[in-house]
Amino acid sequence: MSERPQPNPDPATAPYWTGASQRQLVMPQCEACEAFHFYPRTLCPHCGSQAIRWSPVSGFGSIYSMTVVHRAPSPAFEGLVPYVVGLVALDEGPHLMSNIVNCEPADVHIGQKVLATFLELSDGVALPVFEPIDKKSS
Amino acid sequence: MTIAPHRAVISGIGESRVGRVPGRSALQLQADAALAAAADAGIAFHDIDGLMTTPLRVERWNMPAGVVAHQLGLKPNYLSTVDLAGASGVAMISQAVQAIEAGLCHTVLCVAGQNLLSHKSRADAVKSMAEGGSAHPQFEVPYGPLVPSLYALIAQRHMHEFGTTPEQLAEVAVAIRQHAGLNPNAHKRDPLTIDDVLSSRMITTPLHVLDCAIVSDGAAAVIVTRQDRAQGHKTKPVYLHGQGFGLRHSHIGEHKDITTTGAVESGAAAFRSAGVTPADIDVAQIYDCFTITVIVELEDLGFCPKGEGGRFVEGGRIRPGGALPITTHGGLLSGGHPGLPGGFFHVVEAIRQLRGEAGQRQVPDAELALVHGNGGVASVHATLILGSQPHGRAP
Repeated sequence: MSERPQPNPDPATAPYWTGASQRQLVMPQCEACEAFHFYPRTLCPHCGSQAIRWSPVSGFGSIYSMTVVHRAPSPAFEGLVPYVVGLVALDEGPHLMSNIVNCEPADVHIGQKVLATFLELSDGVALPVFEPIDKKSS
Repeated sequence: MTIAPHRAVISGIGESRVGRVPGRSALQLQADAALAAAADAGIAFHDIDGLMTTPLRVERWNMPAGVVAHQLGLKPNYLSTVDLAGASGVAMISQAVQAIEAGLCHTVLCVAGQNLLSHKSRADAVKSMAEGGSAHPQFEVPYGPLVPSLYALIAQRHMHEFGTTPEQLAEVAVAIRQHAGLNPNAHKRDPLTIDDVLSSRMITTPLHVLDCAIVSDGAAAVIVTRQDRAQGHKTKPVYLHGQGFGLRHSHIGEHKDITTTGAVESGAAAFRSAGVTPADIDVAQIYDCFTITVIVELEDLGFCPKGEGGRFVEGGRIRPGGALPITTHGGLLSGGHPGLPGGFFHVVEAIRQLRGEAGQRQVPDAELALVHGNGGVASVHATLILGSQPHGRAP
């Protein structure tokens, strides 16, 4: 089986992946207006400031949308189907794409409360993923 | 109506064979379409002094416009490679008209197409699309979404917010397949039922394989020329009445209201500049990479209120003979989808309808057509309003 695609950090995104490797979800936050955003932007989308820092977030959120993938995009994912690709709305505001793990795909639903956890990829890189807080809530 | 000195009109259209067309390269397919369009416009290649094309997936050309122009033996005074992903076809017409009306050139060949199906396997095409930029390479690709998954997220949210049903999504595929059945050059022409769609293989919930665009070979071409040069040609000129562009996000994961898109802005600008409303449109060529795309675009363009798209498509409204026939060549769902150039066939079909040359699928008395292109994951939007009459737009 070929390897799952790995993120390739660049100067603008490296803090995100460093945080993940330390099991900490961090998000870009504007130093001028304090608002969070994601994905990383060159300028704050709320006020245009270039002064952006990375701040830890709680990892709590809810599922904004989701899909159960039944056909793998590449051989790396063939052993994982069916799996859930979701959009998570973090409690702090930003959205991000992730996998919803440690649950039955059929039980995952919009509005479900989730918490970040981390999936160790082969070379020490960790991928933020999410699991339902109360697996029985579904 | 006075004729503006540099007003541009559309004077020719052409298509290669569309579907599985083995043994022809991207350039050969493009030449097929370009020759057909020039013949249709009643011109020779040496009359062409402008060239627009799009990037391809099967070829990694440096400056595609230069490669295509050179291969076709053109020496253009103006050329451009237009890349708004799936909206590129619509955007080429916009740029061609602007270049002519600015006096940079007088006759532009817009051409796009490739052998996406025959160049590699279908599986390779799916993989290259999944990792080809629609999904963010760092923040999306590692989670394994297909391109259809990115649109499935929109569909799932639309169903959650508005009660849209799988049957309503399937109706889009059924209606567009009915149109394709009336197009001799369409890739997939066998009739479909709602049950066929719903019982087809689930790809990424709630989208079945028949909710998704096909993969095809094919090319299309359009000639845009200065109005005075089109006079006396055998074909009826088609006029650009209005246009608009819109963008609300780059990748779907960073858009916080994914059931509404930049088609709101592109559509509003197009209708405003044309001085018409959605009720005035006789036929709409709506970008249809997935069934959900059509429902969201119909809402955002103003054909129905937000959330009503599922109910709007019911009852045969968008089928042949319906109140608003859409995507009448069969679109990307059935007509043919050679990747990034796929949306250009929607432009060709709008022109064909406005000239009254759409054969069995002709919408009676079509005078005003809308064409909508969508690039990325419902990211970039471009809308044209075309007419068979010159009025409706300030010279």
